[in-house]
Amino acid sequence: MTRDAARLLRKDLLGIADLSAAEIALVLDTADAMKEIGSRPIKKVPALRGKTVINLFCEPSTRTRTSFEVAEKRLSADTLSISVATSSVVKGETLVDTARNLEAMSPDLIVLRHASSGACHLLARVCKAGIINAGDGTHEHPTQALLDAFTMRERKGRLAGLKVAILGDLLHSRVFRSNALLLTKVGAEVWACGPPTLIPPGMEQMGIRATTSVEEAVQDADVVMMLRIQLERMQGGFFPSLREYFNVFGMTRARLARARPDAIIMHPGPMNRGVEIASDVADGPGSVILEQVANGVAVRMAVLYLLAGGGADEAAA
Amino acid sequence: MRLLLKGARLVDPASGVDGQRDILIDGGRVVRVGVDIPAGDCGNASVVDLGRDLVVSPGLIDMHVHLREPGFEHKETIATGTGAAVAGGFTAVACMPNTNPVNDNAAVTRFILKQAGEARFSRVYPIGAVTHASAGEQLAEIAELRAAGCVALSDDGRPVATALLMRRALEYGGMFGMTIIDHCEDRSLAGQGVAHEGYHAGQLGLRGIPAAAEDVMVDRDIVLAEATGSSLHIAHLSTAGALRSVRGAKARGVRVTCEVTPHHFTLTDERLGAPLPYDTRLKVNPPLRTAADREALVSGLADGSIDAIATDHAPHHHDEKNVEFDLAPFGIVGLETAVSLSFDRLVHRGTITLRRLVELLSVNPARILGVPGGRLAEGDVADLTVLAPDLQLTVSAAVMRSLSRNTPFDGWTLRGGIAATIVGGRVRYVNPDVPAARGLEKE
Repeated sequence: MTRDAARLLRKDLLGIADLSAAEIALVLDTADAMKEIGSRPIKKVPALRGKTVINLFCEPSTRTRTSFEVAEKRLSADTLSISVATSSVVKGETLVDTARNLEAMSPDLIVLRHASSGACHLLARVCKAGIINAGDGTHEHPTQALLDAFTMRERKGRLAGLKVAILGDLLHSRVFRSNALLLTKVGAEVWACGPPTLIPPGMEQMGIRATTSVEEAVQDADVVMMLRIQLERMQGGFFPSLREYFNVFGMTRARLARARPDAIIMHPGPMNRGVEIASDVADGPGSVILEQVANGVAVRMAVLYLLAGGGADEAAA
Repeated sequence: MRLLLKGARLVDPASGVDGQRDILIDGGRVVRVGVDIPAGDCGNASVVDLGRDLVVSPGLIDMHVHLREPGFEHKETIATGTGAAVAGGFTAVACMPNTNPVNDNAAVTRFILKQAGEARFSRVYPIGAVTHASAGEQLAEIAELRAAGCVALSDDGRPVATALLMRRALEYGGMFGMTIIDHCEDRSLAGQGVAHEGYHAGQLGLRGIPAAAEDVMVDRDIVLAEATGSSLHIAHLSTAGALRSVRGAKARGVRVTCEVTPHHFTLTDERLGAPLPYDTRLKVNPPLRTAADREALVSGLADGSIDAIATDHAPHHHDEKNVEFDLAPFGIVGLETAVSLSFDRLVHRGTITLRRLVELLSVNPARILGVPGGRLAEGDVADLTVLAPDLQLTVSAAVMRSLSRNTPFDGWTLRGGIAATIVGGRVRYVNPDVPAARGLEKE
């Protein structure tokens, strides 16, 4: 990697689709340094002092919003969080108008969570502030994929060549899409598994192996990632019942036994225990689910810093 | 007012004419067509020499537009929509009934015709609703719609709701010779979809509308048209599967016709992601399909299985389109780009001949709707379009006559356009960029 490539020379982080493998590595390397800050007694550095970050959450979120807020505060940014219940979005104002009003206050970054795919692209076109996608519809959730990759790399020492099985509602999952894009870019072997009604078209074009057999997906896997099954999918006729889902696709210790002995279990949360994952797997020895949450802060610090702070040189120092 | 057009190539498939002809127009009708009509024979007629580079065609007819009036005058009015029509070379348009109120009764039909008459641009042929308020429950008063001036029936924007209603509409509408134009979409399969279900929608996290949503409805309608013997027209056909069904039905003698839009024969779902991701000017229904579908449509246009090119001109205000992709309304304007796209993408690439273009845009729409036009023989109404096949132009949404600018073709460079549009012997549009047509400006 050349020194020039080792910079996040972009205004926005809209999706993993836009990132090169070098940029992904830069974020993960920067996150290594950021993680160390979280282990200090005084967990704060002045990297984003005087920078303003607005967290605009137009869809309910606890985990991601909290994670961004902690990351921003540790970097000394001035932050405020707007959730849909208190914003003017509910008063009939358009997203573009809301963004322009926020823009008038000269923020450096806007972190957006929105129910519509592409909402971040729309905002990026009308705002001078950098936009960080904190989840848009069923499109992407890039910081989740980056923190998942960070966690895998920390545990396995590499990403290239890992067999990663992702199971659950792939069709409606922005976490799946971002992870699949990232992992194929860095040379991991991605397997996607779920009922055929929840597997999106185009898997082969994405370089992903799709299967309806949990056994085949999990066989010799280094990483087993479970995705949340939402109750409303059952009403949409995607599968008959949560009970049947668990019986056919739920991750149990017996099914997990096919994975490599040192396989790690991941879940972006929130979990449905007894639906997509058995409790003894979620809480079992391979589970890194809480590590993902901890790493989320470090990765988001890295993203914020690389977009609004200095360049890579300073980060490495 | 007498007008003698000299020098241009006349392409009039219905009369079997393709060659240099002079045309004498008087009293709104074609009175003489000949290889060389001496100006001295024409009394006080104005004489305009169009030159060898222009083509005269029977007036183009767009059989699928939304004029938005009454009810949505911020998107388009009958005056601005018909102004856009003549600027796009159309001497007549057929407007869909999904206005507010819906054109399901004679009062609305008469209002539309009155507004069109006052606008004095293109002719307007109203299409009446199949069902009351297009709600899909009770047939509209079809005899009254017919008497007031409706030329066909459609619940466009939505499919005719049930198979039973479609059957009844075909039977009852058939009594008046009214074609049923159906927007073929199985709503349960389309769901809340916003883009063609496939790789590209998947990459963008956009909810998909599968090709099957169109295909099953086309098949339903063909079965019912065959059973009733009535005539069916499929609006904005967009899939290879639906085209296959139409071909099969035509071979069996079913009275089915179909149209394709310029955006469906030009664009594919690949554009949703690049160069401008989530561009709501690409959100149309039916959605932009795959490259394979587009290729099938192009072959259908060439071999005659597709009867017409129609725009589905669907104006929306900028504010309505400047929102999240899934919240934006479906539809784009098309009247002022259709002919240029047809020339550039079909004629100049050798896919179809000029004669076939005139069939698709004039002869067949007139026949399907049962309206005058589509031919320029002596005695015919003097609706004609002067085409400039080699005009190089850059599409500019900013100067469009339509009240709305929601076109994905803004900035495109295309070859082929309009020189002038003449409706009932009156010059309604002259393109200032075509020097050979300037003689018409004073008419």
